[in-house]
Amino acid sequence: MRFIFDLNTWQEIFGSIKKNKTRTIITVIGVLWGIFVYIAMAGAAKGLDNGFERAFETVAMNSMFTWAQSTSMPYAGYKTGRRLQLKIQDVTVLENRIPEIQYIAPRNAKGVFGDTPAKVIRGLKSGDYAIYGDFPIYTKIATKKIYDGGRFINDEDIAQNRKVCVIGERTEKELFEEGENPIGAYIRLDNIYFQVVGVHKFTPGGGFESDSDVFIPFSTFKKLYNTADNVGWLTIAAYDDADVVQVEKDVKGTLKNIHKVDPRDERAFGAFNLGEVFNKIMGFAKGMTFLSLVVGIATILAGVIGIGNILLIAVKERTKELGVRRALGATPKEVKSQIILESVFLTTIAGVLGIILGAFVLNIVNILTKDGDFPYANPTVPIPYVLGAMGLMIVLGTLIGLIPAQRAVSIKPIDALREE
Amino acid sequence: MAMIEIKDLHKSYQMGSNSLHVLKGINFSVEAGELVAIMGSSGSGKSTLLNILGMLDEANEGSYELDGVPIKNLNETKAAQYRNKFLGFVFQSFNLINYKTAAENVALPLYYQKMPRKERQEKAIKYLEQVGLKDWATHLPSELSGGQKQRVAIARAMAAEPKVLLADEPTGALDSKTSYEVMDLIQKINDAGNTILVVTHEPDIADMCKRIVHLKDGVIVEDKKVKQVRAAQYV
Ligand SMILES: Nc1ncnc2c1ncn2[C@@H]1O[C@H](COP(=O)(O)OP(=O)(O)O)[C@@H](O)[C@H]1O
Ligand SMILES: [Mg+2]
Repeated sequence: MRFIFDLNTWQEIFGSIKKNKTRTIITVIGVLWGIFVYIAMAGAAKGLDNGFERAFETVAMNSMFTWAQSTSMPYAGYKTGRRLQLKIQDVTVLENRIPEIQYIAPRNAKGVFGDTPAKVIRGLKSGDYAIYGDFPIYTKIATKKIYDGGRFINDEDIAQNRKVCVIGERTEKELFEEGENPIGAYIRLDNIYFQVVGVHKFTPGGGFESDSDVFIPFSTFKKLYNTADNVGWLTIAAYDDADVVQVEKDVKGTLKNIHKVDPRDERAFGAFNLGEVFNKIMGFAKGMTFLSLVVGIATILAGVIGIGNILLIAVKERTKELGVRRALGATPKEVKSQIILESVFLTTIAGVLGIILGAFVLNIVNILTKDGDFPYANPTVPIPYVLGAMGLMIVLGTLIGLIPAQRAVSIKPIDALREE
Repeated sequence: MAMIEIKDLHKSYQMGSNSLHVLKGINFSVEAGELVAIMGSSGSGKSTLLNILGMLDEANEGSYELDGVPIKNLNETKAAQYRNKFLGFVFQSFNLINYKTAAENVALPLYYQKMPRKERQEKAIKYLEQVGLKDWATHLPSELSGGQKQRVAIARAMAAEPKVLLADEPTGALDSKTSYEVMDLIQKINDAGNTILVVTHEPDIADMCKRIVHLKDGVIVEDKKVKQVRAAQYV
């Protein structure tokens, strides 16, 4: 060990590395390329991963929507093609029968699925916007960021059928003057006055709603548009550990049971399972990470083997030199240590350069993809990965250095020195 | 007490089923301060004998003592340490390390003695000065003439302050004028009290030593003191 911290040792190694430039450059490039590929790929995979996660960050990962359609099979005396309608009572039944459900938010909307949006007027300004009737619990499933000073719909709004609304950023811009505080102001939704209680922040990439949506209490929506107990669709979040595909099946099964639909009828209820989609995407991102790990390590390995090869050739070329060194008093251990240290040193230098280059390229890609819809963000490589790669290289550098080192001392100095 | 004492030394090389008996019972001793030429025709075993004395090779039989230390059953590490401490080598083909400067080459045995860098450098310069090459300290071997290379090699061998300097055909690759310059240097080193063995097959080189040992068919056929011819008169 003392040997490693001895300045003399390093002077010898630097000397040998400096004086054999071609060899040094070729070996360094080999490993540099390997670690660069590894870092770039792992970082890119992480960037995709982050990007997808950002795209989904406003929505619970294991959530789904379900809505009613028409039956496609006759059942229990009903004819086929019967239009189905979700009811507010379904919510309690679903909650009771399916323990995996964490939150369930019934929703209604106007101006979303092809029907006419609401006319919203404030003074001389007006616009057509989608209106949602919501429960406060909806924010547990899809996060709504509300600007300071405002709030989302609360339980009292529901209980008292309050005429309050949460508007979007664009709605605010289109109905209010610059700098005007919309909180507390009144706007007319389809000719009824509503008080603005909050402005929600639009998150790009969330992709499911827009920056102009207006949210009002579910109960108020019901009175305003005479929807009675009808529910447009249900947003359901399952517990983190639940199997979202199974939950979707259970939900559909229960709804079929409530609405007297043939259990085999696949078209009666529609569903969009975010959790399933999310799992697929995350599976893809994980696959990418894994692939980058495999490819990266294989490339590093190839690079290190390249170093070993070149060192081996170098040892053959240096047979005479090593013989001279041994005649002058280098012990086998000193000769071996020098060759192994050369190997480790070259691998490590190449590794560090590769990491720097990889980080540099990742940073450029990050800057280029910053303002875009491409799901890519913060392509960082976790420190343990980097340290792991460095550790791997030191270990591999040592192991691969052992071969030429062993070869160097396997020749007796007398044979190394023999004049041809 | 003799500096080198060998008794009944045998060496044979095994080549397949054949065995080549090269040294067939060598007895001789060298006192401190001697300058000995080992002569003989090509293939007579001169290098073999010198390599055994230099602990680069081992005899099959017989004993060898260097300054009272029995040299026997050395492992590679021990042999390396002894070579470093006790012996200096000069080869026919110089064997300088081509990517090291003259001074770095001279300092190399001192590195293996774990001498600090500064001291090493100072000592290397001092020995280069003694061989008249101080101004060439930072030059690579490729920038030196053959005679200069051999003088660097001698400086390197002497820098470690060995008990014995072993030179295997040190003038073999040099023209006669340069050979005499090298012999002049060797004589001066010997004048300073150092023990030196020179292998050569050139009689004029052997005459510049103080004693000539003649090898033939694996035995010493002649061992005589001679009146030393000074090389200085030819340079
Ligand atoms: N490693 C070896 N293996 C086999 N034979 C060898 C070896 N080294 C030397 N010899 C043989 O031993 C004999 C003596 O060689 P050497 O000592 O080099 O002679 P010299 O130096 O006097 O010319 C020669 O015949 C040579 O071929
Ligand atoms: Mg010879």
